[in-house]
Amino acid sequence: MPTETRRPAAAVTAGTAAGSAARRVGRPGRPHRRRPPNPLRALVLTAFLLFFVLPVLWLLLAATKTDDQLVHGDPLSFGSWSALRHNWDALTSYQGDAIFRWLRNSALYSFLALAITLCVTIPAGYALAMTEFRGRRTLLAATLVVMLMPNATLVVPLFLEINAVHLVGSMWSVILPYSFYPFGVYLTYIYFSTAMPRELLAAAKLDGCSEFGAFRRIALPLAAPVVALVGFFSFVANWTNYFLPYVLLPDSDQFPVQVGLGTLLNNVPQFNPTVGSLEVQRPELALATLLAITPVLLVFLFSQRFLVAGMLAGATKE
Amino acid sequence: MSAPSSVGGGRARRLSWPGRAGHGFVAPYVVLLIAFGLVPTVYAIYFAFTDANERFAGLSNFTTAAADFRFLPAIGHVALYLLVWLVALVVLVVGLALLLHGLAARAADRALRFLYYIPGALAGAASAMVWLFMLDPTVSPVGFLLRAFGLGTFGQVIAPGHLPILLAVIAFWTGAGGWIVVMYGALNNISADLLEAARIDGAGPWQIARHIQLPLLRKWIVYMVILSFAAGTQLFVEPQLLSQASNGVAGRDYSLNQLSYDFAFQNNNVGSAAAISVELLVVGLVVAGLFVARSGFFDAD
Repeated sequence: MPTETRRPAAAVTAGTAAGSAARRVGRPGRPHRRRPPNPLRALVLTAFLLFFVLPVLWLLLAATKTDDQLVHGDPLSFGSWSALRHNWDALTSYQGDAIFRWLRNSALYSFLALAITLCVTIPAGYALAMTEFRGRRTLLAATLVVMLMPNATLVVPLFLEINAVHLVGSMWSVILPYSFYPFGVYLTYIYFSTAMPRELLAAAKLDGCSEFGAFRRIALPLAAPVVALVGFFSFVANWTNYFLPYVLLPDSDQFPVQVGLGTLLNNVPQFNPTVGSLEVQRPELALATLLAITPVLLVFLFSQRFLVAGMLAGATKE
Repeated sequence: MSAPSSVGGGRARRLSWPGRAGHGFVAPYVVLLIAFGLVPTVYAIYFAFTDANERFAGLSNFTTAAADFRFLPAIGHVALYLLVWLVALVVLVVGLALLLHGLAARAADRALRFLYYIPGALAGAASAMVWLFMLDPTVSPVGFLLRAFGLGTFGQVIAPGHLPILLAVIAFWTGAGGWIVVMYGALNNISADLLEAARIDGAGPWQIARHIQLPLLRKWIVYMVILSFAAGTQLFVEPQLLSQASNGVAGRDYSLNQLSYDFAFQNNNVGSAAAISVELLVVGLVVAGLFVARSGFFDAD
């Protein structure tokens, strides 16, 4: 059973008013407070830790092995530095330095789209939650509807649309569709409508703040957690998207790394027995996968500070 | 979209146009919404109801798709997969978020959230590739576990009857961490005073979760289910790569989207492909509508 017994102890040591009041009252009914951590909780959390991390660990180690070691060695053993070196050389020599080109492309597409997404999404979500205007409910409903539409079903129509304006093969043909991110608008909307105190805005406007001023001075500083959240999810979605760039960017020089991975996968003999001279070994594929996921992990580490700061930390309390 | 159209009709005096600021805030978003949401949708509907010569075709694209021998099995596959996945997602994501939020050691709770999230970075092609290896007993680190279930070869592991569970495991592995971050954020939003008051009144952790945290999380849970349902109906990459790596054991027309793609790119029948897309869209809308109506998403303000 999940237990929430540890929180009040933390509150007491933090010396909050509520915590010390609780200590003074000293009611029965909180007898578990000083018990050791629940072993069941630890067991469940550890089991899921293994589930989530073990495949990644395996991937990490696979990059240091030869294909033979991958099959016959201990799955969770380290191969050798020389094998890693060899895999690296083989991977980077694939079509010149295609892997770095793909990584550069991914970074360019993802960050440009992220910047546009944030500029568009945060004001829109704020307006939907905190202001009243004609068409607001329609827009909210439309956002939900489009958000619910499976992306993949729109890939072909999107291709036809972008083909009609002769943008196929341009990097904007993926960046602009990436920038349209209703999930972010809805996340922002939910954030402001549940966590933003309306009195704060009303007070600011009473003191002569304009609508835009209220947004910039009151809402935006409080929005840091949701900006981080939207930015993060948007970046991950852009970075990991496969189908849209696959269809819209036909030239290998323009591939983002995800599509590049697909190309590599097609040249692994164990998956595709008909592969020709451009053979890619499985450990090289593992190494390429690692390179492809590293930026997303780094971004998460960077934005985690905002994520754990708690949404709207303390602003609703006196 | 009445929002932008009413901008032009605004009157001269500022105060007589109360929604002016709101319109300004949403205008760029509305432009993107029309260009990359509305227009492609209209295209899909247009293709679903026209033939190759762009003449109105009535429902013939729909009947062609529905009469295909792969159509009903694909629906069954996707439905079963969605059932397994959504139940696992709701129960485990909420459960894990509550467990993590209750941890006393902040460092452990923070580290675990990060570690649970890591597979999220492998969404799409990368996760499918990792799981091809995980499900192959010859290279898998849990090969002993697979063999304990009597599954000695890759072919036995990915037998058709196992696919709904395997695909749900892959999707959960990739997506759960992100949702745990979201749920955790929502839990952080619940006032500490409220939880403290409940404790003082003698509520146990189970009662607090049931009567305070879960009701306040409801909005987010509904949101997760709607989005996951929509994502689940577009199942494509994982079964496609599984079939590629197994010489067709997991058939290439396992899901509706695979069928739709084959209609478009193998059978050269864009109309029937679009018809399936429109059907998926309608199913998503009906389910979303039910959730929205039941959770009262829109009447809060």
